Amino acid sequence: MATSRRGFVGGMSAAVVFSGGAAFAQKKYDDGATDTEIKIGHTNPYSGPASAYGVIGKGIEAYWKMVNDKGGINGRKVKFVSLDDGYSPPKTVEMVRQLVEQEKVLCVFNTLGTPTNTAIHRYMNQRKVPHLFVATGASKWGKPKEFPWTMGFQPDYHTEAAIYAKHILANVKDPKIAVLMQNDDYGKDYWEGFKDGLGKDINKVVRHVTYEVTDPTVDSQVIQLKDSGANVFFNIAIPKFAAQAIRKAADLNWKPVHYLNNVSSSVASTLKPAGYDNSQGIITGLWLMDPTDKQWNDHPEMKTWREWMAKYMPGANTEDGNYIYAYAVSTLMLETLKKAGDTLTRENLMKQAASHQKLRVPLVLPGITVSTSPTDFYPVQAIRLARFKGETWELFGDVLSAEST
Amino acid sequence: MATTETAAAADAVARQAATAEPPARAAAVKPWVWAVVAVAFVLPLLKFVIPGVISDYRLFVISTMMIAAIAVLGLNLLTGFNGQISLGHGAFYAVGAYTAAVMLDKISWMPDYYFLTIPAAAVMCFVVGYLFGLPALRLEGHYLALATFALALAVPQLLKYKWLEGLTGGVQGVVLLKPSPPFGLPLSEDQWLYYYILVIMVALYFIAFNILRGRNGRAMMAIRDHQMAADTMGIDTAQYKTVTFGISAAYTGIAGALSASAIAYVAPDSFGFFLSISLLIGLVVGGVASLAGSIIGGVFTVLVQNSAQALSKFVKNDLGLPFDLSAYAVYGILLLILMYVMPLGIAGGIVMAWRRLRG
Repeated sequence: MATSRRGFVGGMSAAVVFSGGAAFAQKKYDDGATDTEIKIGHTNPYSGPASAYGVIGKGIEAYWKMVNDKGGINGRKVKFVSLDDGYSPPKTVEMVRQLVEQEKVLCVFNTLGTPTNTAIHRYMNQRKVPHLFVATGASKWGKPKEFPWTMGFQPDYHTEAAIYAKHILANVKDPKIAVLMQNDDYGKDYWEGFKDGLGKDINKVVRHVTYEVTDPTVDSQVIQLKDSGANVFFNIAIPKFAAQAIRKAADLNWKPVHYLNNVSSSVASTLKPAGYDNSQGIITGLWLMDPTDKQWNDHPEMKTWREWMAKYMPGANTEDGNYIYAYAVSTLMLETLKKAGDTLTRENLMKQAASHQKLRVPLVLPGITVSTSPTDFYPVQAIRLARFKGETWELFGDVLSAEST
Repeated sequence: MATTETAAAADAVARQAATAEPPARAAAVKPWVWAVVAVAFVLPLLKFVIPGVISDYRLFVISTMMIAAIAVLGLNLLTGFNGQISLGHGAFYAVGAYTAAVMLDKISWMPDYYFLTIPAAAVMCFVVGYLFGLPALRLEGHYLALATFALALAVPQLLKYKWLEGLTGGVQGVVLLKPSPPFGLPLSEDQWLYYYILVIMVALYFIAFNILRGRNGRAMMAIRDHQMAADTMGIDTAQYKTVTFGISAAYTGIAGALSASAIAYVAPDSFGFFLSISLLIGLVVGGVASLAGSIIGGVFTVLVQNSAQALSKFVKNDLGLPFDLSAYAVYGILLLILMYVMPLGIAGGIVMAWRRLRG
């Protein structure tokens, strides 16, 4: 009797489950997703040598706050767990394991730094946890074959430098190139890409000098570059040194065709201190809008961004491009989660991340869109060249891209 | 386990503090130490019983604590027991880690015999430490601290140097594989790693205990307390100081090699200057010249750095206070309070409290 009743109850509940499954849209969840919540993990250097990037984490946190205030994603609130790794790879491993194994997040998003992401690269892929839109300019994050759970975000340094090289070869007659480079991984990444872009024309580089971040100035380096008789100058430097180099070149009355890396494209932190007069005609590659560039002041996306900054990040520096970055990358994450709908499994999330088609992400330059596919794990891979004119960048030419893998 | 060890550590300190007693009385390993070791050995197996409490992640965190404890012990041998201050032990940690990483990366059969990296790192760091100890003989106190400081700053730069780049991978570092359990044991990688590190840690503590309780240990401490007096008594101070430097570096280097295996990745950014400082903080907070204090220090360096961020978030979000304290500010405040309340470190503080309670 007891047995048959149990059988009956079992049969009934199976029927209920079955009909329920048929009646409602199927909801499927992995760790970190429920009917009411989506849990996203993140690491960022809030302390330590790279803590200037900590504002990205704060910006992303404020972004999810806005999303939740507006009702969340398909009725689910986002729980954003952000931990400090101090830019130390062992710490990143520990923190990300905490996120995945203790907090049980659905995915890990926009973890910052090349060495730190390298440390967790294999772990994320062994665990099969989405490792999405990482915040690094290195070129190794889009390898869906070996690492199907990791996806990059921004155009990498390598691609950018290759684009400059090709532009030089196509537009400058008889180029003699001088290169100033910061002597670390970031500088070397640019330099490698530049060499790849030049190809057999590598001998066009007549002078290549480096500086250390700890140097007081780059004056002597710029003098050496000028003495080489170069007519093209590729400036791979962070804003402080890029501005010094621009100023020194002007003082020396050296007027090469000047290519400035995107890292230093901020008007407020590079070109203004270098002097607008000295900066005329400099060429750079852009992909995000610069909050200090007046031409975007009336752009609706920039206006929305400023309203968001005023409401959710009161007192924060509105000249800091990192907040633009945070807003843009978070929107891409939001769109990916929206597309996943009620099937919030890790596999589906990767599938959605790898199927964006010409998606417009706010604050990315007009004309650049996000496209991904199961074989293309580079969301933003294009830049636009711009020439400095007056007090602002003037975009010219088409959207450019170069395959760097 | 952290709490068990802390409690256990208290007794160890009590024993250590009784240095006035004749060494013979402190000679034998007390039964409670064996109890602690037994608990430590059983702990990972509890994962099969209570997987919610003893998870792979927690075992991994305890493993990193044990690694830190070994590194702090190395520094303690030098600073606590021999009186030479080092601000640069992160450098030896890095040398140990890179020795292991390069071996695992470049020698094809090495990943199957990963335990060989431990003696190799120990020998390598002993040699480097011994050689560094030679010129350091001429430097006392603050000058030695500065010289070691320079070492800590130089090593990450050297690792990026272009002639070494082929070996060290430059700024990109070296990606490794985690050691897997041998003989098809039904353990997870983290359980196995825990045992691997625990066995090495117990062995290293046993060796340190034996060095310190014998005539060599007395000589080391005599040099710390009064070098000229030690010299007069016929102790070869130069020899003792350089060898201590070497042993200390070897201990810290072993910790580095273990961390290379545990993290499965090494890069210059892993061995920044703050590593050296956090080892020194672990030493001072745990208890200078205390073996058990080194364990407390290792636990502290991992635990408090992590909880500082949680605490700063708690202050901001849950208490609703209008401070945006950075984790480091919280860390600093905690350190200040700790040093004020327990000037002899946690181990020393517990001994003091114990004595007061007993009258």
